Amino acid sequence: MAQSAPRPPARPPFWNDPLVRSIIYQVLAIGLVCAVGWYLIHNTITNLQRLGVSTGFGFLDRPSGFDISQVLIDYNSTYSFGRAFLVGLLNTALVAVCGIVLATIIGFLVGIGRLSRNWLIARLCTTYVEILRNIPILLQLIFVYTLLVSVLPAPRESLAIGETVFLNTSGLFVPRVIPLAGAGLFFLSIPIAVVLAWLFARWARIRRELTGQSLPRNWITLLILVGLPLLTFLATGRPVELEYTTIGRFRPQGGFALQPEFVALVVGLSIYTASYIAEIVRSGILAIGKGQIEAASALGLERSQILRLVVVPQALRVIVPPLTSQYLNLTKNSSLGVAVGYPDLFSVAGTINNQTGQAVEVIAITMAVYLLFSLITSAFMNWYNARIALVER
Amino acid sequence: MRLSSLLGACALVALGATAAQAGPTLDAVKQKGFVQCGTNVSGLPGFASVNNENQWSGLDIDLCKAVAVALFNDPNAVKYTPLNAKERFTALQSGQIDILSRNTTNTLSRDTALGLDFPVINYYDGQGFMAKKALGVQSALELDGASVCVQAGTTTELNLADFFRANNMNYQGVVFENNDEVLAAYDSGRCDVLTTDASGLYSTRTKLQNPDDHMVLPEIISKEPLGPAVRHGDNEWADIVRWSFYAMVQAEEFGITSENVEQIAEETQNPDIQRFLGKLDELGAGVGLPNDFAVQIVKQIGNYGESFERNVGMGSTLKIERGLNALWTDGGLQYAMPFR
Amino acid sequence: MATDIAPHATAAELPPPRTSVGPLAWLKQNLFATPKDTVLTILVVLFLLWVVPPLLRWAIFDATISGTTRDVCTFDGACWTVIKMRFGQLIYGLYPPEARWRVNLMAVLVVLSLVPLFLPWLKQKLLYGAGVLIVMPIVASLILEGGWGGLQQVETNLWGGLFLTLLISFVGIAASLPIGILLALGRRSNMPIIKALCVTLIEIVRGVPLITVLFMASVMLPLFFPPGWSIDKLTRALIGVSIFSGAYMAEVIRGGLQAIPKGQYEAANAMGLSYWQSMGLIILPQALRLVIPGIVNTFIGLFKDTSLVLIMGLYDLLGIARMIVASPEWLGRSIETYVAAGFGFWIFCYAMSRYSQRLERKLHTGHKH
Repeated sequence: MAQSAPRPPARPPFWNDPLVRSIIYQVLAIGLVCAVGWYLIHNTITNLQRLGVSTGFGFLDRPSGFDISQVLIDYNSTYSFGRAFLVGLLNTALVAVCGIVLATIIGFLVGIGRLSRNWLIARLCTTYVEILRNIPILLQLIFVYTLLVSVLPAPRESLAIGETVFLNTSGLFVPRVIPLAGAGLFFLSIPIAVVLAWLFARWARIRRELTGQSLPRNWITLLILVGLPLLTFLATGRPVELEYTTIGRFRPQGGFALQPEFVALVVGLSIYTASYIAEIVRSGILAIGKGQIEAASALGLERSQILRLVVVPQALRVIVPPLTSQYLNLTKNSSLGVAVGYPDLFSVAGTINNQTGQAVEVIAITMAVYLLFSLITSAFMNWYNARIALVER
Repeated sequence: MRLSSLLGACALVALGATAAQAGPTLDAVKQKGFVQCGTNVSGLPGFASVNNENQWSGLDIDLCKAVAVALFNDPNAVKYTPLNAKERFTALQSGQIDILSRNTTNTLSRDTALGLDFPVINYYDGQGFMAKKALGVQSALELDGASVCVQAGTTTELNLADFFRANNMNYQGVVFENNDEVLAAYDSGRCDVLTTDASGLYSTRTKLQNPDDHMVLPEIISKEPLGPAVRHGDNEWADIVRWSFYAMVQAEEFGITSENVEQIAEETQNPDIQRFLGKLDELGAGVGLPNDFAVQIVKQIGNYGESFERNVGMGSTLKIERGLNALWTDGGLQYAMPFR
Repeated sequence: MATDIAPHATAAELPPPRTSVGPLAWLKQNLFATPKDTVLTILVVLFLLWVVPPLLRWAIFDATISGTTRDVCTFDGACWTVIKMRFGQLIYGLYPPEARWRVNLMAVLVVLSLVPLFLPWLKQKLLYGAGVLIVMPIVASLILEGGWGGLQQVETNLWGGLFLTLLISFVGIAASLPIGILLALGRRSNMPIIKALCVTLIEIVRGVPLITVLFMASVMLPLFFPPGWSIDKLTRALIGVSIFSGAYMAEVIRGGLQAIPKGQYEAANAMGLSYWQSMGLIILPQALRLVIPGIVNTFIGLFKDTSLVLIMGLYDLLGIARMIVASPEWLGRSIETYVAAGFGFWIFCYAMSRYSQRLERKLHTGHKH
């Protein structure tokens, strides 16, 4: 009997064992990556040493020596290179935020417009998408900038609205708001109003779920948001002052200036990205079954209610993931501001690289910042996506 | 190198590398048979520009040619790599080019932290401003509040900041990557003033539709000694660049031109000139060049004065005065070290 | 309960109401359905009347195309003379005019080599495609760069225009396919370390703008190699573009790999195929077929993104347009030049996006049946 017992299958030779193999492969892969990495780093270090190029991040504390034309925080040529990086970073963030808002608005309008029953509007929106989507963003930016600068009048022939708003090749100049004593209360009232509006919306929703009665929620929210700050503003005796723009010898002085580089970048980025968003919105809406809409009308909902309560919540679930990547694209594309003279992160980094010669460090910082932007945006959108996905029952 | 560009990227192996060069620049240049010269990307008429037949010319180009003549007795043994301001130093550091002859200012930090050496100065310049005549500006000190177009990553950008700061004026800088964009922005009226080295201003002005509508303001706000740069620590190579250039300056000082150089070489009894032209002593060997390298440079390129007049001076469209670039004997700064 | 229903009678057939057929009805339904629609329609018509006539006047009626210098042009209308005079440069860049036939020859060769891919009876398309990918670059560099057998050598810094744009995008897409396949397989691998490496690479490259990748390729790549190794600018741009599009391609292909039913993987395993056999023979052919529209879309994106190489100082279609705009002869005629370059890009992208939409529809219906 013992003889006839099947022999245990021979263990495969160890090089055929999938586990061993996979370990070998991975060790090899790591070894390869390390070897290549070491080789490249070694070469770089030798090259830099041979040339006597300084290395390290010490340069970040040295004074930069150059000015930046648009700054959101205190900065001039006596501040450090590190500060210059920060200025560039904030400029990039500003463009990204403004661009995302504008692109979303245009994109939704165009996307819904393409589905309009009105033939003219649908055609117009389709033309918009087909033209803008098929031309490189860099070309569009340069084009918008060139157009802007050549169409706008010279500073001396500024288009002016009264004596307050000026528009010329140097930009759009509007009065700047300077807070006076007592303005603190006014600024405080804005977040309070937001919190109140949110609390009200919550309460109204719970009330509706309990009693079935609905209030004109939007109007009341708006009233809280606008009314409270307005009341505070008047009650504290209008505690702000306007700094008016005056016509200078070259360009208007004082006030708040929106430079053509910034405008061109925001407009260029948003009209381009909007053409993608429009397509995303359109396919999101088309993805909703006809039955849903018919069922909603059968329930007696109005057209606007159908849109708000049935179509949009479902469409958003389809729209949000690709929308995220468009937002990321816009943020990354903002680095093209360098071509229209906008001092964004990439442009400032290029200048710093040239003034210090420390390419490796500068590129590392720049890439890390963009990666961080990407990670933050996608984390936020993932969170938002998870939130609206919960609506599903 | 030939299969390089496509194969290299396709397989992502760096087949695109040229044969590894051993040792310092001189050996490598001799081995490959030409000088790789970094020049201005957008072309700066008078200093470096390319014509319809893709022939380069200009003051900075003559320097590269002079080196090529000294080494190979052939002014065409040069290959040009157009570079913008931002990439020029890395191109030199990484060995893509042998000489950077691209109106580059010699400064302490570039000399040290960037790992460069500036063997000579071939053009003494200073930064200035150009404005439309219609603005009625007479002096740079009236520029308070102006918007200024400037090229990114240059000493110009730094001087600009210093100048306005020192004079307690404010300005709005509009910064672009290269000359072309700066010029286009100035032309379209985006800025009131354009700033760069004075030589660049004259050169740029010739590109505008009506050069006479624009004026260069009298103030020179900085010292801009422009010269070729080589890699730090490669002294042999730096010597060759240095003495090739000095040969041109010394020739002008001796009154030797491309026309009379051979005749003088035959006839002169002046031991100084004989030494210079390789008739006496073995000066060339000291630098690792043929003994008659000065003769060949002057014959094929001309002396410094000829090169200057032809490219940027009265014989060109730029019509720049010699000024600081006159010989020291004429009250300028160009001074060749003695050939002995 | 009696009903008052009238007895059935055949009524004379009435013509359809005037408002439901014919052009009038079309107008009513599509333009003036509701008061809101009517208002919108009127607004759009007004907008078009405001925008289109001046545009036409600028582009056509007041435009100039005769002559050879900018002096013939006015500022009332477009100056197409610049395009006429510099058309060669827009297409070929600074490539010497007498050698331009080589670029044309190359274009013909590329088109010819692609033809077999569309022949229904050719079975080994993948193999053929791989062959083309290996042979073409060599042929291209022989023909385009020259320098042998009497062919004048044309250095890569003279290459430019539409030709360079096409070249970079072709090389980019060709290189990105193998890179993308390897990265995608790595990302789906069971080996945690390989997977982690691939994910890191893909996400880093996708997380930064192309321009920084190109900047790195142009500034840092030379520092990575021993002294004396020099890589020309175009090669550096191509390396940057290839890595970048490779990472995007990896994600497209991963989508295809995920869409293949698990049964296919299991069946391949059950047949005793090795990993590479099952991938190469079973999974990839199906997955790649599924993602052809995605590949075409990546190609369109890449085609548009090649314009970024101008930041590195290469003269692609947009770069050459910029150069023309700044040339002393044509300073100030920038809008025309950019419009022309934009039109060039648009034609290609639009054609390709149409093609991809058609493919998508074809593949889509293919699934349903």
